[in-house]
Amino acid sequence: MNRQAQAVIMLLFGGAILKASLSELYLRYVKEGLRPFLIGAGVLLVAAAVLTLWYDLRGRTAGPDRPAGPGGPDEDTTPGGHDEHGGHHHEPRVGWLLLLPVLGLLLVAPPALGSDAAGQAGTVLTAPGADSDYPTLPAGDPVDLGLLDYASRAVFDGGRSLTGRTLRLTGFVTPGPDGQPMLARMVMSCCAADGRPIKVALSGDVPAAVPADTWIQVVGGWTARTARDPVNQAEVPYLEVRSWQEVTPPKQQYE
Amino acid sequence: MTAPEDVTDRRESAPAGPEPAAPPPAPAGGRRFGSVELLAVLLVLLVILRNPLAALVSAPRLQTWTTVFVSVLVQAVPFLVFGVVLSAVIAVFVPRSFWARALPRHPALAVPAAGLAGVVLPGCECGSVPIAGSLIRRGVTPAAALAFLLAAPAINPIVLTATAVAFPGRPEMVVARGVASLAVAVAMGWLWLRLGRSEWIKLPARPAEDGSRLQAFVAACRHDVMHAGGFLVLGAAAAATINVVVPESWLQTLADNEVLSIIALAVLAVLLSICSEADAFVAASLSQFSLTSRLVFLVVGPMVDLKLIAMQAGVFGRRFTVRFAPATFVAAVLVGAGVGAVLL
Repeated sequence: MNRQAQAVIMLLFGGAILKASLSELYLRYVKEGLRPFLIGAGVLLVAAAVLTLWYDLRGRTAGPDRPAGPGGPDEDTTPGGHDEHGGHHHEPRVGWLLLLPVLGLLLVAPPALGSDAAGQAGTVLTAPGADSDYPTLPAGDPVDLGLLDYASRAVFDGGRSLTGRTLRLTGFVTPGPDGQPMLARMVMSCCAADGRPIKVALSGDVPAAVPADTWIQVVGGWTARTARDPVNQAEVPYLEVRSWQEVTPPKQQYE
Repeated sequence: MTAPEDVTDRRESAPAGPEPAAPPPAPAGGRRFGSVELLAVLLVLLVILRNPLAALVSAPRLQTWTTVFVSVLVQAVPFLVFGVVLSAVIAVFVPRSFWARALPRHPALAVPAAGLAGVVLPGCECGSVPIAGSLIRRGVTPAAALAFLLAAPAINPIVLTATAVAFPGRPEMVVARGVASLAVAVAMGWLWLRLGRSEWIKLPARPAEDGSRLQAFVAACRHDVMHAGGFLVLGAAAAATINVVVPESWLQTLADNEVLSIIALAVLAVLLSICSEADAFVAASLSQFSLTSRLVFLVVGPMVDLKLIAMQAGVFGRRFTVRFAPATFVAAVLVGAGVGAVLL
C-alpha cells in the first residue's frame, strides 16, 4: 500500500469516527463521556491524513530539488532487523483492515445491543456494598425509575422503598426463559463489549404479542415475586404491570 | 498488486540522504493499477453494494457481532491515537540521551523504574503497545520497555479508580490488583533480562523520512496507525466473535471449583479482550466466581488478550509474541492467584 492509499484510509477512518461522534451514532457503542476524546482522535487522524497527502504531493512536484532536510530523525536501529536496508520493505498491508470499521460505521451502523445479547448473558444485578442505602423515591405519580434501580430496591431492600408507589419503567422486550416477555435494558460501563443486561420479569397486563426488541414503557407496582435468571442464577424481580405502551427508543439506550 | 507497490514504496525505504530517490517516472503507456486505484474500486463497490451488505448483517446474532466489533474499535480509537502520537513524539522529538538519564543505568533497576512509570500514564492497552515499540527503538533496554508495556494499562489511576468503583467496600481488591500487576510486569522484565534474546524482537521497519521534523512525525504517526490499527481490527474481530459465540452459561458449571474457576476466568480474560478501564465492572458482575479468580481475571486481561496478541505480533514480531504472551499468561495467573490467596 503506498502513502496515498494509506492517507485515504486514515481520512476515511478519522472521518467515520468524527461522523459517529458528532451525531448520536456513537451512543450505540460507547459511553457519552468518551465523546470529546473521539472527536479529538478523529481530528488528529484527519490532520495526519491531510498532512501525509500534502507532503506526498509536494514531494512529487518538488522532485530532485527537494531540500535534504536537517538530518531528520536518527536512523532507526532495529534489533535484528535485517530488513531495514534490503529492498524487502513491508508497508503495513494489515492496514487495509481499517476499512472494516469504516464500513461498519458509515454503511452498516449496527444498532445498540438488544434482546439477542440480553438472552446470552445473565442479569447484571450484584450485591451492593454493606453501606449502600436506598433513599425514598422522588415525588411523582407515576415515578420514573431505572431498571437497575428498581431491581436493586426490589431484591436487596425487600421492596421497602417501592411499596405503594406507582412506577414507570422503560426498556426493550426480550423473551424470558419461560417464553413470557421480560423487560430488559443493557448496562454498559465502557463500551458495548462489556454490556450486560438487567432484566425485570413482568406479571399482570403482560405485553404478550409484542416482538422482541420493541421499546415499551410499563406502568405498574412492586410485587414480592422473584425468579432466577437461568444463565447466572441471579435473582430477577417481578413487576406487576397495570398498563403499557410502545415508545420510540431513547437517545441513550444503555443504562 | 506487488509490482506497483514496490515502485512507490522504494522511495520510502530509501535512506535519508542528499540525493532522495527520484519520483517514479510518469507512466508512459497505460496507467499502472496501484493501491490507490484498488482502494477507489473497493469504495465504489461498497457504495453500490450497500443495501445487500446491510441486509447480510440483519440476522440478530450477526448484528450483535457487528455492534460489539464496532464498539471495541470505537472505544479503542482515542487510546490508539493517543498512544501513537506519544510514540511518535518519543521517536522524533525526545533525544536518545534523555532515556539514558531518566532510567537507572543498570537494566535490573531500570525494569521496576519503567514499571512504576506506567502508573502515571492513563490509558488502555492499545496505546501502550506502540509506545513500548518506540521506547525500544530509542535505545531503552527491551526489559524495561516490556515492564512498562505490561504495567501501564493495568495500574494507572483511571483503572484503579474504576476497580474501586466496581467493588464498593472492598478496597483490598484495588490493592491486590495494583500489587499483583506490578509484580507480574517487573517479573517479566527480569525474566527477559535472563532469558530474552534481542533477535526475537523484530520491529517493523519505519520509513526513513527526509525532510522536516514535522514530516518525520507525521510519517511515524501514519505508519503506527496503519500498523497497530490494522492489528487492532483483527483483535477486535476475534474478541467480538468470542463475545457472541461463547454463552455465559458455560462458565456456570466451572464456578464451584476454585482451581477450575481461576483457569476459566484467566482464559475468559484473554478471549474477551475487554479494555482495562472496563474489565473491573465485568469482573464485578461475574459474582458467582470467587474473589481470587476475579482478581486473576483483572491481572491477566490488561496483559494478555486477543487484541493485544495481534497488536504485539504486529509491532514486535511473531517470534517474540509466541514466547512472551504465554509466559506472561502463566506469570499473571500464578502471581494473581498467590496475591489473591494472601490479600483477599
